Amino acid sequence: MTTVFEKTPMLTDTVLHYCPGCTHGVIHRLVAEVLEELNVGERTVGIAPVGCSVMAYNYFNCDFVQAAHGRAPAVATGVKRANPDSVVFTYQGDGDLAAIGTAETVHAAARGENITAIFVNNTIYGMTGGQMAPTTMPGQITQTSPYGRDIKAAGYPIRVCEMLATLDGTAYCERVAVDCVKNVRAAKKAIKKAFEMQLAGKGFTLVEVLSTCPTNWGLNPVESLGWLREKMMPYYPLGVYKE
Amino acid sequence: MSKRILIKGNEAIAEAAIASGCRHFFGYPITPQNELAAHMSRRLPKIGGCYLQAESEVAAINMVYGASAAGVRCMTSSSSPGISLKTEGLSYLAGCDLPAVVINVQRGGPGLGSIQPSQADYFQAVKGGGHGDYRMIVLAPNSVQEMYSHTCKAFDLADQYRLTVMILTDGFLGQMMEPMTVESGQLTVDSEKDWAVGGKRGKRIVNSLFLKPADLEKSNLERFERYKLVEESEPLHEGYMLDDAEIVVAAYGATSRITRNAIDEARSQGVKAGLLRPVTVWPFPKKAFAKAAEHARAFVSAEMSMGQMIEDVELAIRCRRPVLLCSRVGGMAPEPKQIFDAILQADKEAAR
Repeated sequence: MTTVFEKTPMLTDTVLHYCPGCTHGVIHRLVAEVLEELNVGERTVGIAPVGCSVMAYNYFNCDFVQAAHGRAPAVATGVKRANPDSVVFTYQGDGDLAAIGTAETVHAAARGENITAIFVNNTIYGMTGGQMAPTTMPGQITQTSPYGRDIKAAGYPIRVCEMLATLDGTAYCERVAVDCVKNVRAAKKAIKKAFEMQLAGKGFTLVEVLSTCPTNWGLNPVESLGWLREKMMPYYPLGVYKE
Repeated sequence: MSKRILIKGNEAIAEAAIASGCRHFFGYPITPQNELAAHMSRRLPKIGGCYLQAESEVAAINMVYGASAAGVRCMTSSSSPGISLKTEGLSYLAGCDLPAVVINVQRGGPGLGSIQPSQADYFQAVKGGGHGDYRMIVLAPNSVQEMYSHTCKAFDLADQYRLTVMILTDGFLGQMMEPMTVESGQLTVDSEKDWAVGGKRGKRIVNSLFLKPADLEKSNLERFERYKLVEESEPLHEGYMLDDAEIVVAAYGATSRITRNAIDEARSQGVKAGLLRPVTVWPFPKKAFAKAAEHARAFVSAEMSMGQMIEDVELAIRCRRPVLLCSRVGGMAPEPKQIFDAILQADKEAAR
């Protein structure tokens, strides 16, 4: 028999705990494949957030440090400064990166910290049961915006790539999606570019991945992908914001 | 070889850290500890180290968390309001059994308080501060010389026991200049950090999440076995005219120096007073207090807080003797006369 496909050894055999239809699994694989292709797994340190991907340390086959909520970029800074030869990435959701950890994110970028942030934007706090996030769409119903996000009371969603692109320390940021094969391939290319730029010492790199949360959106996986395309993409346009 | 220099307390800590092999410092400006960070920012870049001014106290302690996870000796320093912000990181450091050295140059509180010296963060330092069951070794220097020697010791203890060691000092000691002997060869226990990430040594995880309650309990129990060792091996105290003292004044840090004057005055007037100075405030030198209670008729807790250490004194002597509080707060310091009066008052209470 010919082997036509193998799981990358940069992922462990641990069964993922993610909900059916969640795109974390796809994103994990893209990051893991990139680490394998760049042959940097042995010197990579991942920083796990608080949120659905808190247990990323069980899934990636590299060293990991689990960080307090929102602090992953600061923890990554400590790891990288202590050991500049290591390849350091954070894997963070929207609550972690764009709410409680906004200061850490912005300043890691402003310093041009030579790390890579994988930012998974699914417009909701998944782990805690679907609360309004900094990226929740206007009018979107969540557990804590039961009448839809009212921009008069709750303000507007944050566009992270656009915000970080204004900073000189940001070397590269791109928004991608994992809703279809074409976009998944583009997402992998972006993730690879981010790590390559880190290896070249270019500074802070971030890839924002538009992602789904069928469980907390109350949609099935296919409907979720449609919602991502119809609702999220117009507000969060895909593209390179800084390079 | 040793040399004698005149130096500020804050700078002595910085020099001691460097002498102990600390090359990574993460801080945020706050009075009255600024000289420490400034000294690090001057010195570290010249010796291949990393001085990084973080965007917040929270970020600084999390940088320490990351650097410690990567296996290097690292430090942050702050003053009271900043330490409150760092408590999140202190809890995570404890939960992951990571070594770190944290300096608190205390100022008056609560809230923004003042920038003057205080000892009102005692509870926060010795009882936890952050969430969960954890301890830090807390050293309380009372001279610039000790700011240096305690900091050297702190790095060794942190590595030995894999925990955070806090230097609990105050604006007096941070700001004052004193002659100090720089002792070479103070360092170090350079232990093999077989848990550190980032070195091609197989998959390593630094983590404090345990979803199974039994696993988390086990991790807590193992940690407390280590704390027990610390409590058995590391309590330090210093006595002054203690052996025959009938009135024992407990005082740490800057207050212990003021207390010595009051002890001298009491002795000159025929009152057998003595000083029992906790050098480690955690572990608290319980045995020394229990022993002192055998000959002491009463105790005084002299502190720049509204009665915090007094609780540990009462516990250590099992409330067998009266314990009076002698305190000034808000950036005010007790004068020797106030402590002397408290000694006389304690003498009277004991006779009652």
